[in-house]
Amino acid sequence: MEKTVEIRWHGRGGQGAKTAALLLADVAFQTGKYVQGFPEYGPERMGAPITAYNRISEKPIRVHSNIYEPDYVVVVDESLLDTIDVTKGLSRDGAIVVNTTSPKEEILKKLHHYEGKIYVIDARKVSMETIGQYFPNTPMLAAIVKVGGLMEEHEFLREMEASFKHKFARKPEVIEGNMNALKLAMKEVH
Amino acid sequence: MAKRERLSGNEAVAIALRQINPDVFPAFPITPSTEIPQYFSTFVANGQVDTEFIPVESEHSSMSAAMGAEAAGARSVTATSSCGMALMWEVLYVAASDRLPLALTLVNRTLTGPININCDHSDSMGARDSGWLQVYAENNQEAYDNMVMAYRIAEHKDVRLPIMVCQDGFITSHAVENIILEDDETVKNFVGEYEPEAYLLNEKQPMSLGPYAISDYCMEAKRAQAQAMHNAKQVILDVAKEYEAITGRHYGLFEEYRMEDAEYAVVIIGSAAGTAKDAVDALRSQGMKAGLIKLRVFRPFPGKELAEALKHVKRVAVMDRAESYSDQGGPLGAELMAAMYRNKNTADAINVLYGLGGRDVRVEHMEELYRQLERGDLPEGYSYMGLRE
Repeated sequence: MEKTVEIRWHGRGGQGAKTAALLLADVAFQTGKYVQGFPEYGPERMGAPITAYNRISEKPIRVHSNIYEPDYVVVVDESLLDTIDVTKGLSRDGAIVVNTTSPKEEILKKLHHYEGKIYVIDARKVSMETIGQYFPNTPMLAAIVKVGGLMEEHEFLREMEASFKHKFARKPEVIEGNMNALKLAMKEVH
Repeated sequence: MAKRERLSGNEAVAIALRQINPDVFPAFPITPSTEIPQYFSTFVANGQVDTEFIPVESEHSSMSAAMGAEAAGARSVTATSSCGMALMWEVLYVAASDRLPLALTLVNRTLTGPININCDHSDSMGARDSGWLQVYAENNQEAYDNMVMAYRIAEHKDVRLPIMVCQDGFITSHAVENIILEDDETVKNFVGEYEPEAYLLNEKQPMSLGPYAISDYCMEAKRAQAQAMHNAKQVILDVAKEYEAITGRHYGLFEEYRMEDAEYAVVIIGSAAGTAKDAVDALRSQGMKAGLIKLRVFRPFPGKELAEALKHVKRVAVMDRAESYSDQGGPLGAELMAAMYRNKNTADAINVLYGLGGRDVRVEHMEELYRQLERGDLPEGYSYMGLRE
């Protein structure tokens, strides 16, 4: 990783996009990187569009602004494609990852003038099959790690397991489901 | 052993406070308070500190309780943000004039209106004449380090003033970044025990505190307060030197970034300094002699030192993240330009307001500002950066 990788997350309040950005910062930190993970705060309400950001770098990060020209964009909620210009400023060499049941071609029709790479994943299906409830952020986190080649897969899974063990110390029964969600998401994203 | 971590600014300051283990921490436990007392209350619940944590009914009460505890002889701290600080207003002055070295960890956020929760410096800048020491941070590391150094400065016998440890709301308070934490024992030994010379719970030395001062005494008391603020400058430098010997991290009254031969300079406070450094590097690689001064200590104000550091620049932009509504710019602009005049620094200085209500500051904004400095085409008086006219 030569330059700082910048990622922008689009989600809706309550879907865990902010948590996913913080988890990504966490896991990248564990693999020795300099990181930033931060949400853009506004009048927060369930269902309102929210944006969160990550920077991952080999060098200390000094900039403290939002991200306008991301390398990657993650769309946790497909309905945002109708109202938000999610590919705005997105690098031509980067990619967008969308949580959807539709094929890529359908999604591309909604991304006007976008010529970069696109990946899709049905995060609902992954989440329901592994966790048993709809938590789109866990599959989307694994998807962006895979798409961006942000770290080695085994490193990612190892650090996420440690992180889940800490986070779910009082409900260890959910760890396996979350780990399976990560693994399945890495296979499903395409 | 120092430990590599990744934390939000709120977590970082809460951990510094856990390591300091103050005696009393009164705080208003709901918005507009910050996550700092929330994190700290879990340390209390887990028995990691033996601090008396007092959830109070308002910020006026939290500052009053912190002040009372400090007067009794306990090392105290409270926390707030924005309008919470506004509600402390009356008591801020009392704490300072009673010479109580308590700490306030402040997350800088806009004062309404329009209603807004995001970062600017209007809360603490409004309190610049309250008699408190004020230190600011660029990032989580500095917020942590400033908190660890705070009591050593405030409690020093030549100072004895309350201290405000400020960081930028959301931009650093809610952003997770890399940080180095010193170990608990190192911090504990560095901060030391609080041993006040005079305190209310000392039965062997009865005293009264905060009595009425008739006109015949009031002015001398204020003068003594001003002297303490003057003395603080040297104490801040001494404490920083000692801290550097332990941590390797250097602090002064302000940081000079690529100022050696700078012709065009920016003076700024807080998180936007990091963004400005990236702009300086970019412009330097294009041949412009750009430099930056990041002010860490606003109270006491290092006017003479700043004027000296800006001696050789052609043009300087003084950046304010708070309006004064004086019709001539913001507080840093007014104070720094006065200091330059007094110290016979005749560099072309302009005042620029930025980032109000959390308006984002980008590297590109800073680069354009430096180019304007070079061209000399900034408006007379003062101007706004990143504004839609």
